[in-house]
Amino acid sequence: MKIQAVGGCCKRSQQSYLNTVEAVKKLGLDVEVEHIVDAVQGASLGVMSNPGIVIDGKVVSTGRLLEVEQIVELIKKQM
Amino acid sequence: MQVINQIGDFINNQLLKMLWLSSLIEKFISFLFGQDFLESIWGSMIVFFIYDFIKIGILLCFLIFIISYIQSYFPPERTKKILSKYKGIGANILGALLGTLTPFCACSSIPIFIGFTRAGLSSGVMFSFLISSPLVDLGALVILTSIFGFKIALLYVIVGLILAVVGGTIIEKSGLGDNIEPFVLGEQNIDIEEVKISQKERLVYAGQQMLQTYRKVVLYIVIGVGIGALIHNVIPEEWVQSVLGVNNPFSVLIATVIGTPMYADIFGTIPIAEALYTKGVGLGTILSFMMSVTALSIPSLLMLKKVVKTKLLFGFIVVVVVGIIVIGYVFNALQFLFV
Repeated sequence: MKIQAVGGCCKRSQQSYLNTVEAVKKLGLDVEVEHIVDAVQGASLGVMSNPGIVIDGKVVSTGRLLEVEQIVELIKKQM
Repeated sequence: MQVINQIGDFINNQLLKMLWLSSLIEKFISFLFGQDFLESIWGSMIVFFIYDFIKIGILLCFLIFIISYIQSYFPPERTKKILSKYKGIGANILGALLGTLTPFCACSSIPIFIGFTRAGLSSGVMFSFLISSPLVDLGALVILTSIFGFKIALLYVIVGLILAVVGGTIIEKSGLGDNIEPFVLGEQNIDIEEVKISQKERLVYAGQQMLQTYRKVVLYIVIGVGIGALIHNVIPEEWVQSVLGVNNPFSVLIATVIGTPMYADIFGTIPIAEALYTKGVGLGTILSFMMSVTALSIPSLLMLKKVVKTKLLFGFIVVVVVGIIVIGYVFNALQFLFV
């Protein structure tokens, strides 16, 4: 499984990355969350509004800061 | 008919202008420091400051909440899909309109630029979107209504949209719009599946946006209201008149030149505009000032610089600045029609 947290320039995006890491920990997955801070790379994944979350190449959330619980649910859905 | 007018007056005076708040603060200050202080320069300045700060704060929070809720239906990913179905001037107009509805922070400007371009949207549509986005805002419409009345507020929005459409069209037709960095076009367009969001999530999003926006712009409001209070109460009317008054042919030019390098949220410029208005500054001059402060900002230009070549960047600045100056003069000339 590949999880990418997109966005690194604002506080919300930073928090989104931390929440995603927390969610992975909670699920006990052995996955390293990739933090995409480069805007061009983010756009190439299809995320136009930060923060975004991409799981296995699929954009599952954009433009919103999600709670850890919400991210857990999103990851579960993609498993 | 009379009843409708009375209801309209009540909404405008008590809900939008919050005149009750002003008299409440006056009573409070007079109770604390006495009637003499209230009537002094300092007294009226403090009343203006507290009143404007609270009023704008309440309106801002209320509006941002509602606007963010509406915006949650128009994420840029969706806007892109909608826009890519249209061509020609219709696409420019739609781009300008969606620019006012699509939520967008400085760090999203690069991905949005790249996403739009790769989806095959013309540079004209892209720039119509970019010009209208900071300039025209549903929140600004309501706050402007509370100060200048609905007619002028609506006019501001229409003129802003026209500037966005015309500016975008000029950039495209002149060929300036082709000067984008090659990597922007580099890869294929990706259309993502729409992410489903529940009503509750939309409300949570709106609440988050409200808090975040308030925190971000509160400083601009304090500065704006402070400058507004100074103009309102301390700076002599003749000074303001001689620099920015209708009789100075350069007033619009001066207002635009001062406003362009400044950057504030539209909410920060409103108290300044309000104070200038009471000092008899022309409507066109005020609109030029507000537009030049909000439309161009150094942080957003620096972002844009990463995706476009210098030639296009300067073209963009020139088109917007000239547009704002033209709008100012036209409005000053036609002011008698609106006020």
